[in-house]
Amino acid sequence: MTLFRYGWLSLQSILANKMRSLLTMLGVIIGVAAVLITLGIGAGASASITADIESQGTNLLTVTAMNGANTLTLGDAAMLEDRQLHPEIDSVVPEYTAQAAVAAGENNESAQIVGASPEYAVVRNLEVAQGSFFTAAEVESQATVAVLGATLAQDLFGSSDAVGRQFRIGNQPMTVIGVLKESGGAGFGSNDSRVFAPLSTVQGRLFAAPRYRGDLTLTGLSIAVGDSTLMDTAEKRVEETLRLRHALNADDDNDFSIFNQASLLDIAGSVTTTLSIFFGSIGAVSLLVGGIGIMNIMLVAVTERTKEIGLRRAVGARDRDILLQFLIEALVLCLLGGAIGASISYGLGGLVGLFPAMPFEIIISGEALALALGVSTATGFIFGLYPALRATRLDPIEALRYE
Amino acid sequence: MQALEYPAESANSAAEPGKWVIEAEALSKVYKMGDEEVRALDGISIAIARGEYVAIVGASGSGKSTLMNIIGLLDRPTSGVFRLAGADANSLSRDRMAQLRNREIGFVFQRFNLLPRTSAQRQVEVPLFYAGVTGQPAAARAREALERVGLSKRIHHRPDELSGGQQQRVAIARALVTNPSIILADEPTGALDSKTGAEVMALFDDLNQQGLTLIVVTHDGHVARHASRQITLSDGVVVEDTKAGAQ
Repeated sequence: MTLFRYGWLSLQSILANKMRSLLTMLGVIIGVAAVLITLGIGAGASASITADIESQGTNLLTVTAMNGANTLTLGDAAMLEDRQLHPEIDSVVPEYTAQAAVAAGENNESAQIVGASPEYAVVRNLEVAQGSFFTAAEVESQATVAVLGATLAQDLFGSSDAVGRQFRIGNQPMTVIGVLKESGGAGFGSNDSRVFAPLSTVQGRLFAAPRYRGDLTLTGLSIAVGDSTLMDTAEKRVEETLRLRHALNADDDNDFSIFNQASLLDIAGSVTTTLSIFFGSIGAVSLLVGGIGIMNIMLVAVTERTKEIGLRRAVGARDRDILLQFLIEALVLCLLGGAIGASISYGLGGLVGLFPAMPFEIIISGEALALALGVSTATGFIFGLYPALRATRLDPIEALRYE
Repeated sequence: MQALEYPAESANSAAEPGKWVIEAEALSKVYKMGDEEVRALDGISIAIARGEYVAIVGASGSGKSTLMNIIGLLDRPTSGVFRLAGADANSLSRDRMAQLRNREIGFVFQRFNLLPRTSAQRQVEVPLFYAGVTGQPAAARAREALERVGLSKRIHHRPDELSGGQQQRVAIARALVTNPSIILADEPTGALDSKTGAEVMALFDDLNQQGLTLIVVTHDGHVARHASRQITLSDGVVVEDTKAGAQ
């Protein structure tokens, strides 16, 4: 194809004028790199937040009793776990959480004590680093055992192994049987500084939980839904069951709240999409500025190369030869600039990945690459057109005489 | 002269193998400068035959540059007829004029007009690009043309690595490469010292000996004396048209 001849011609010209070409491309290089890196940061942050939320279980409904309501009970938990009534619910983990002073030797801390059943570790994706989580038998026997969050274990026992050591919650002596893996600072109320103990121990021995209609009350429930597409249905039916059991009238407000982890994912998704659009448009503006830079330098180049244009005219260049030469040169410059910009952003992305302190990676998707290169090609065409037309309109006689 | 193949239509000059390569009849060129009309050419009639060596001389403002632009198909006459190798300039489209410049005319300029930072071979390939010849064939023909002007050892040199005389030889090779009907030179020695100027003129003499039509526009008597015919312009008219030996 003849276009390739002009491509070759423009490559010769670009290589013969390396400095000028590099300066011309600079705007596009920076623009493409900026677009790719900002989109990459957006995608990386989004992936990191999503992973963070997913690590806490996306198929999780969390029911929290209203302060002072004292109506959420073990009876409610049993009812929700009934597969006849709630086929979409996999398991229900009852929780009784309260704040208390914990102490080991000289060290005193205030911590959240979470009383739960052993399944809590499963539905909340808790990982035990040392020792083990408590068992159903230990719940049954109101055993005075506890699992500590990593930070709390550190605070109470220093760097020495906490498993098997004694500490006190209030006045109750407890034995550490496990320490959780550090979950990191990100997230919503870190598990790192909590104490996990058998539900019966927390309700009975530690806090003397009140009763409602004969059942021990709870502060919350964690409900695992089998199929995450049924989250909204499950949420609605849990609400109905609890309202019935708490004997609420039609115009009464709920005395509990339900938190849907999946909806959090939606919110996080829309936040990161918005951020990506925001950063992407900043990048796009810099590409536009880069395009104007190209136009600027191409215009200067047309003036600088007036004599060349005159010569080419004299030796037989037609209008379209001159137009295509300059237009394709602008396009090739933009594509080369785009390619260099993309390489830089991939290089930077890789470099950032080497730093462990970085909370997330820079993820450059194929779509982002195609978008950036597409936009830079369009930039080359749009901003190359005017200088090319100027070159075409030069009078050959004047151009030949130009000094 | 070696034969070069062109697409059929360029055989135009061969289709009408007239004696005259340049024919001008009552040629005028009028420029409007504000309200004033400047008659750069005022009814010139000349004919130049194939193989002739013509010098067009005259003081500045005599109209010789305007005549050269019309001969070179860079400009059109205001009135009168101009034919290059039988093709009437008034009936040619811009593209066709460009095509004829490419195939029938080889330009040589006072200041060489070489592309910066470009090797001699690539310089000479430029007209071939517009003739649709690229790649190996173009390279081969460019080297051939450089050989004709005695620069076969300088094909990879760039203008800043060549002397003025060598640069003008590259320009002459560029003019020769499409095997045109005429070479049109505008003060070809104007930017050269007298020794290299003489070398360039000796090359022109050689080319004319080989049968090439040469038209040299100059105000330098030494240059003009190489030609076998001198056309002197003054105020847009031919005041003298003498053939060497006729005097």
